[in-house]
Amino acid sequence: MTSPRTDFRAGVRVALPILLGIVPFGMVAGVAAVNAGIPPVGAVAMSVVIFAGASQLAAAELVGRNAPAVVVVFTVLVINLRMMMYSASIAPYFQRESTRWKGALAYLLTDQAYAVSLLRFENDESVSRRWYYLGVGSALWVTWQLATVVGIALGASVPDGWRLEFAVPLVFLAVLVPAVTDRATGVAALVGGSVGVAATGLPFNLGLITAAVVGIAAGLLAEEVA
Amino acid sequence: MATDYGSVTLWLVILAAGVGTFLIRFSFIGLFGLLDDVPAVVERALRFVPAAVLAALVAPQLVVVDGSVALSPANPRLLAGALAALVAWRTEDVLATLVAGMAGLWLLTFAFG
Repeated sequence: MTSPRTDFRAGVRVALPILLGIVPFGMVAGVAAVNAGIPPVGAVAMSVVIFAGASQLAAAELVGRNAPAVVVVFTVLVINLRMMMYSASIAPYFQRESTRWKGALAYLLTDQAYAVSLLRFENDESVSRRWYYLGVGSALWVTWQLATVVGIALGASVPDGWRLEFAVPLVFLAVLVPAVTDRATGVAALVGGSVGVAATGLPFNLGLITAAVVGIAAGLLAEEVA
Repeated sequence: MATDYGSVTLWLVILAAGVGTFLIRFSFIGLFGLLDDVPAVVERALRFVPAAVLAALVAPQLVVVDGSVALSPANPRLLAGALAALVAWRTEDVLATLVAGMAGLWLLTFAFG
């Protein structure tokens, strides 16, 4: 028999190994926000309100470079657009929840929470979806917030010689490489990266958006041809 | 790098980005029944978002030095990035990728810098 408590605990347990990877990522996000000149309260708020690592890093960087506010917001949304796919894919399992619950579950939706929960939902009819997912999601949430706070606390005291700002592209790289799963996604990455480099000089930091759009188009085209 | 953002602008950015991100997450979970499936075209395009966007974020930071493209082995970020990419590919682990890339950068700047 499963109960909310055991399902919640099972969710927390399955999230544990993922937390190890979340900690350095969160710390980098905290350090990056502080280095960009964002005050600590703002940096914590970013983590709580947005709660999406890669987009937080991009936002910190763009704010640090004084990109227009609209560009910062737009960039965050473009980076997080992939979550619409997760939302659609997991929606049937949350169909019977109240709107309030759906809102809470949606807020906790991340790459990791989605991947782990969907795997369990597909293979196990008996688990309470709500509680299992809540276990996974809250473990990730708490760890992420704590790691960010540690990064914010460390931020100002990290010596320049450590070149910790290089950790930002490294984290992106760690997420990017597994996202390239076939030829078409490889083309999207190659074209996105090349246009990103070519467009670094564009005003208002529009290079990123341009590169994203061209990269996505190239991926679609490559898929078409294959 | 220090921002000129005032606190009002900063809070507005955080709020708008947060609300927008929540709406993306909530979209299909919230509207299930009204909107059962992502339209096929949209789903196909979304598949390429992570690869294209992340590559566009990473590449300039590895390749562009002082505003110009530096594709030579003398660019430590490029080599350290290549090493990190290799580790990311073998391990799919954020921590291992970070350690490899940072260690690579430190060693290369120590050796040549």
